[in-house]
Amino acid sequence: MAEYQKVECDVLVVGAGGAGLRAAIEASAAGVNVAVVSKSLLGKAHTVMAEGGMAAAMGNVDDRDNWRVHFADTMRGGQYLNNWRMAELHAKEAPDRVRELEAWGAMFDRTQDGRILQRNFGGHRYPRLAHVGDRTGLEMIRTLQDHGIHQGIDFHMETTILTLLTDGGRCVGAFTYDRERGRFKLFHAKAVILATGGIGRAYQITSNSWEYTGDGHSLAFHAGAALLDMEFVQFHPTGMIWPPSVKGLLVTEGVRGEGGVLRNSEGKRFMFDDIPPNYKTQTADNEEEGWRYTQGDKSARRPPELLTRDHVARCIRREVKEGRGSPHGGVYLDIAWIKEKLPNAAEHIKKKLPSMYHQFKQLADIDITQEPMEIGPTTHYMMGGVQVEAETQMSTLPGLFAAGESAAGLHGANRLGGNSLSDLIVFGKRAGEFAAKFAKDNAAGQVNNDQVEDAARSALEPFERGAKLRGAENPYAVQHELQEMMQDLVGIVRTQGEMERALEGIEKLKVRAAQAGIGGNREYNNGWHTALDLNNLLTVSEIVTRAALMRQESRGAHFRDDFPEKSDRWAGCNLRVTKALDGSVRVEEVPVKEIPAELKQVIEEQK
Amino acid sequence: MATATFSIWRGDRNGGGFVDYKTDVESGMVVLDVVHRIQAMQANDLAVRWNCKAGKCGSCSAEVNGKPRLMCMTRLSEINLDEPVTVEPMHTFPRIKDLVTDVSWNYRVKEKIAKFAPRKPDAPDGTWRMAQADVDRVQEFRKCIECYLCQDVCHVLRDHHMHDQFIGPRFFVYTAALEMNPLDTADRIGDLRDSCGIGNCNITKCCTKVCPEEIKITDNAIIPLKERVVDRYYDPLARLFRIFS
Repeated sequence: MAEYQKVECDVLVVGAGGAGLRAAIEASAAGVNVAVVSKSLLGKAHTVMAEGGMAAAMGNVDDRDNWRVHFADTMRGGQYLNNWRMAELHAKEAPDRVRELEAWGAMFDRTQDGRILQRNFGGHRYPRLAHVGDRTGLEMIRTLQDHGIHQGIDFHMETTILTLLTDGGRCVGAFTYDRERGRFKLFHAKAVILATGGIGRAYQITSNSWEYTGDGHSLAFHAGAALLDMEFVQFHPTGMIWPPSVKGLLVTEGVRGEGGVLRNSEGKRFMFDDIPPNYKTQTADNEEEGWRYTQGDKSARRPPELLTRDHVARCIRREVKEGRGSPHGGVYLDIAWIKEKLPNAAEHIKKKLPSMYHQFKQLADIDITQEPMEIGPTTHYMMGGVQVEAETQMSTLPGLFAAGESAAGLHGANRLGGNSLSDLIVFGKRAGEFAAKFAKDNAAGQVNNDQVEDAARSALEPFERGAKLRGAENPYAVQHELQEMMQDLVGIVRTQGEMERALEGIEKLKVRAAQAGIGGNREYNNGWHTALDLNNLLTVSEIVTRAALMRQESRGAHFRDDFPEKSDRWAGCNLRVTKALDGSVRVEEVPVKEIPAELKQVIEEQK
Repeated sequence: MATATFSIWRGDRNGGGFVDYKTDVESGMVVLDVVHRIQAMQANDLAVRWNCKAGKCGSCSAEVNGKPRLMCMTRLSEINLDEPVTVEPMHTFPRIKDLVTDVSWNYRVKEKIAKFAPRKPDAPDGTWRMAQADVDRVQEFRKCIECYLCQDVCHVLRDHHMHDQFIGPRFFVYTAALEMNPLDTADRIGDLRDSCGIGNCNITKCCTKVCPEEIKITDNAIIPLKERVVDRYYDPLARLFRIFS
């Protein structure tokens, strides 16, 4: 019999980033009892890394903006694989959610007349991102944290989920361990919200923190919920590439929004070479027009550097592959050049991009006000996730909800920058609201003791093997090999042969992960934590690979070298992933939900 | 590639000591990279907190060669690698294991500070108007990543252990952000004098020196707050005025 502490709650929120905190605040406000578990300390979640801003069509800077334009931009960016209803709700509700943050203490940058300032970003037709310099994510998480601690929410920091508990087709809680002491804790809940973020740690070069091991995706899959769109992994075009220790670290799109340009080793602005047809009418065809756009000229069209992330990332890869890359294998991102245009350029850059200035100065000895940055694509965001109902965010498993990066639907085949932070607050709120409602409408389910015992036993196995040492696998080594393999074989450009090799590799790594051994005791043992994270990493790696293998076309973030074009055959379907009875990964096509006529018209009007 | 020796504090609540690890180092590495390399190759169960590895989350605070630093932002090029480099947990907080300390006191302190209470919205649509200049002042404080290095270095906490009478620099910055927020209506001046113990700070500016976000903690947060306390409680003219009005 495993020893554990039992916590009773109405709603359990897994994750304390933007979506988790917003969900917890909403559920708590609905009068139910809420517990939050987070792998890290409160306020440290990956949301702090978000830089550019949150997209909301408030029209403070350009009054032509409204929800219809935002909706159409989001759908176009997602190549129409988005859940249209989520895109609609998101576009309509984001402005209120942003203003609500201000009421809770957020301090956004201002317009001349004192309203919330909005900035340009890739794929957004008008300046739309409410922001705080380039540390908007920190502002969001701190605002939610400082508001949330006064709401009577029960926080359990540094706690990791081992398994979700189910009772006859319903989620009834989770079994966890606390990192500090390594003790088990069982949360018996009427509803559970997954807000666990992404899967970036399955890759070697990533902008994501250690926490992003696909926990929510994997937990939901194993509990029997369906996942959607898992082939769509966003590679952000601009990550740091030197020095090696910071490879992958994000360089905000805000640099390009403020006038930064991409150049190859020949000094050419190569983004003008390849502008996709569906963006041609909205994109500047000369450098001067592009510059005017970044400076707020409403008659100018946006520079090609601000095309969608998938496209920019592939153009960078092309330049490098064709021998026009920078010394460390990337291209140049130059903001320093604006000194030709602005009298106080250095001060302006430091004011607009303070943390980028800081990051390059401190980590790479580069002064971005004086010289260009070397950058290259980095694994950034998972568009796919738990399949949810648009209004309620409930998954296909009753009682289990998901919000933010761990949920699928809003972004389709490619997410627009700035739509993530707004996603967190729009759908975090909805998940909280409807999970609370579910908890009020349903009695507590039964905990299945076998599930608990199984989870406890397998969690402790690495220690038993660790005692033997000889023959046991080093969990860090298994993790590194997986990351390297996913990077090489299921990365930004994919082929059938490579992905089949990846699947073989994953099978071998599964065997090795099952042999992971660890010494020491259960108290704050990072080796043990790493060994346990391997299960989730391997599960999501396999799911991503199998979904990517099935989609035989290139669309959005998913690019197949063997099928380099978009295909009508795949245009109308999402890929849905479920766990088959024998435990294997089943991928099937499901038709994209038909867009209602009035929304189709909105899309047409905005073309 | 060169080699270097890192002397890392290993132990738990009950005690411990420094253990030397020889490891390869490369140019461009930061201290956290070295700790990770040692963890992956030599000491799998080594406990360390980290998240973003970009100086934005404030998780990897420690003392490197005796100086409070974020490990992710401390480059090896600024350290003498001919001598063993010591890495130890923050001193001001109870130790949990290896480099991990119990910082939960900070979370309890924050909860006691009166929360943000905005004035009524300025516009009929429920929004406010603020000038960028007013926002700038508060944004400096809101840059704080809660690494607690300022708490670690503050002698009132570190040497005098006055955790129950003094909230420390981090929470003066937090309070300053609220007090100087043009929308806020709550009054924290009485608490600053009493439960927050602002009088215990004798402005040695150690906190400002270690702040990785370069917040001018003493000059811009603590001193203005002290002035507000003085204005209210210790200004003799104001006292007379209060008696006779």
